[in-house]
Amino acid sequence: MKILYGMQKPDEGTIAVDGQQVSFSSPADAIVRGIGMVHQHFMLADNLTVLENVVLGSEKLYGIGAKARRKITEISERYGLGVQPDRLVEELGVAARQRVEILKVLYRGATTLILDEPTAVLVPQEVDALFDNLRELKAEGLSVIFISHKLGEVLSVADEITVIRRGTTVGTAVPAETTPRQLAEMMVGSELPTPETAESTVTDRPVITVDKLRLEAAGGKALLDDITFTIHAGEVLGIAGVEGNGQTELVDALIGLKHADSGTIKLVDEEITGWVTRKRREQGIGYIPEDRHRHGLLLEAPLWENRILGHVTEKPNAKGVWLDLKAAQADTRRIVEAYDVRTPGIDVTAASLSGGNQQKLIVGREMSHKPRFLIAAHPTRGVDVGAQAAIWDHIREARREGLAVLLISADLDELIGLSDTLRVIYNGKLVADADPATITPEELGSAMTGAATGHLEHDENAEPGADTPEIRKSPEAPEDEAR
Amino acid sequence: MKKFDKERVLLAVAGPVIALAVAFVLSAIVLLASGKSPVEPYALMFEQIGFSDIQVLVINQASMYYIAALAVAIGFRMNLFNIGVDGQYQLAAMMAAVVGAHMNLPAAIQIPLLLLTAVCTGAFWSGIAGVLKVTRGVSEVVATIMLNAIATSVIAYLWLPNVFGVKVGNNNTTGEMHESGWVPGIDMGDAGEIYGLVFLAVLLGIGYWVVLNRTRFGFDLRASGASESAAAASGVDPKRMVLTAMLISGGIAGLAGLPILLGDTHTYSLNFPTGIGFLGIGIALLGRNSPVGIAFAALLWAWLDKASPELDFHGYDKEIAVIMQGLIVLSVVVSYEAVREWGLRRQQRRVGAELAAGHVLGADNNTTKEVAGR
Repeated sequence: MKILYGMQKPDEGTIAVDGQQVSFSSPADAIVRGIGMVHQHFMLADNLTVLENVVLGSEKLYGIGAKARRKITEISERYGLGVQPDRLVEELGVAARQRVEILKVLYRGATTLILDEPTAVLVPQEVDALFDNLRELKAEGLSVIFISHKLGEVLSVADEITVIRRGTTVGTAVPAETTPRQLAEMMVGSELPTPETAESTVTDRPVITVDKLRLEAAGGKALLDDITFTIHAGEVLGIAGVEGNGQTELVDALIGLKHADSGTIKLVDEEITGWVTRKRREQGIGYIPEDRHRHGLLLEAPLWENRILGHVTEKPNAKGVWLDLKAAQADTRRIVEAYDVRTPGIDVTAASLSGGNQQKLIVGREMSHKPRFLIAAHPTRGVDVGAQAAIWDHIREARREGLAVLLISADLDELIGLSDTLRVIYNGKLVADADPATITPEELGSAMTGAATGHLEHDENAEPGADTPEIRKSPEAPEDEAR
Repeated sequence: MKKFDKERVLLAVAGPVIALAVAFVLSAIVLLASGKSPVEPYALMFEQIGFSDIQVLVINQASMYYIAALAVAIGFRMNLFNIGVDGQYQLAAMMAAVVGAHMNLPAAIQIPLLLLTAVCTGAFWSGIAGVLKVTRGVSEVVATIMLNAIATSVIAYLWLPNVFGVKVGNNNTTGEMHESGWVPGIDMGDAGEIYGLVFLAVLLGIGYWVVLNRTRFGFDLRASGASESAAAASGVDPKRMVLTAMLISGGIAGLAGLPILLGDTHTYSLNFPTGIGFLGIGIALLGRNSPVGIAFAALLWAWLDKASPELDFHGYDKEIAVIMQGLIVLSVVVSYEAVREWGLRRQQRRVGAELAAGHVLGADNNTTKEVAGR
């Protein structure tokens, strides 16, 4: 991907665009050749309008005024993107932002689009809308490279599939002749992992009890309101929700990065509402952060220093006020082997590992301190299928031994498969609950947009997606209004 | 694994070497442009290294640069920019001089008392900036610059004859300190005397390394510098860390003027060296915040300072040394960032290559040597 977009140079091999061999030394070269990239993490300036974001860096193309606006409207209409040029990006929801990213690329004249995990942040209805956009682009003669680890999506949208594992092409497939299972086996190289948890291990010993938790933004607006739940030993509580509805704040409040404005948090029978982060971690709260680069790792530090991070006061990392480097390094080696972190050694920087291996290191680190309560925010985001299965296994194993887990994920299959209990968060409130044994991703998806509340029952007779026709038609996803 | 260790040494050395080479070439161009020989000034300055009196001067000067640079570096390690080392050390030196002139205790108590006075004064001055940053969100850069200006005024006030000042001719001084507060130096005969507090500089350097690389506190501090968000999530209290780091930085800064104060001048006067705090910033940058690197950088700076007067006797301007110092700082900033990125990418590629070749930890256990901290 980086090579295709000119961010990195290949050591060997060639790239041909329209039959012509090319070599890129920067993304600018790639853009000239009509290759555009929609990044997984959006590259938009929040405080600028859509128009300003689109022209930024390409002012020479159509200027910054009426001509640019005309061009944007024209592209938007042609591909059914429904972009409003004068809205501020900060007012837009995730799906709308993504369409702005796509428009940005088209505006620069791209004929080949690279989409990196575009559906990771979308609810099922938005995914369908995105796929409609992609079909539109395809019909206009553009090529799309769609990178995803979600098999169903790839099968439904692609005309041709190439499977890459550990940096090499392991095969190609035609969607019409391939089942998800076959594709998955190609990706993993062996048997297929499933997130299903076998038997319930839920006990009646509450580990974490959250009561009427409320967290306010600077202006007094509630980011979290009336959050109440209990997680027992051996229970996985899954939180479903569109990103930005309070998940990040909930995690911050539980780990102590933000302090609740009212309400209480209890760990077993101790009230921890006023504890600082370090004390919470020492007392057995494990934390797999949502953004591992920002909150879980020191990217330029060696692996063994990353093993110390977050547990600097605990054994084996410290003896009194002194660090115990030997023990920490030995334990890092143990984690690397036990959790199958693929690295040539523990002295390399965390940045040089792949996302999946970084995540395995984090999981290994957190599990090594025998947490009583684990916060797992998107534990398998951006992680390859093999590492995903391993991480699921570790969570399940710890659950069997009585760990309480709060699981937050945008991957609904993962949520449904791993959780013992499901709650839906919307606009900072827990609005619905569901039984993971019967619920489908579509039903969960509609609750995530605020369309359904209370206890969600699986309806055998409902047409899949029949309850959400308006969402499909409307180019603006409903969560835009909710913000 | 050996490969990665060598790699680290290579990366650590490449930055300064490139920067110095570029700076020397650019300085040569400046000399050429002014119609002078681009080589002879260097030859003259290198010649100076051989003289023992210059060596003593360089070591004495370097000790002060070293302490100031350590003060800056401790801030740098957690992304705090203490620009106020200059004000902190001057004020601290003055307070130590005042205490030394007005109290007379046995040397075993007097000298630690003076050191403590300097540490507390420096920490107090930088602590103001720390408190402002933690409570009001004031940038420490702005606050410490302002405090430098205020320190200058405070010093001018304390120099008034009716406060602590003693006029000696046209010079403002704080009066001669009692001899119990003088730190004896090492007599080098005709070459002069090496300040006793040069050893304090060495001890501080060792202490800096031990605290940063071997203690929990040091780890928290480095983590805060590497990633504020990750440090907070790991349980570091960011505000307390900012305040602590500012206090330590200021405390060390307070000691920067003492080698010359207790070893030579014994009074704080108009002739007391100024600007050491600012030079310390460049030296900390060149030394990559490492105690050994800073030592080399401090010696280099001191050499440029003490060898350049010779140029005046040969028809060159000694300011060429100052130009060179400026060029070094400029090239350092550019070359370090370039080398850092290059190194990261290179390591990523190598890790990829090693993995592809099947060299996974656990497959072969030849990993005995580890390098501790940076």
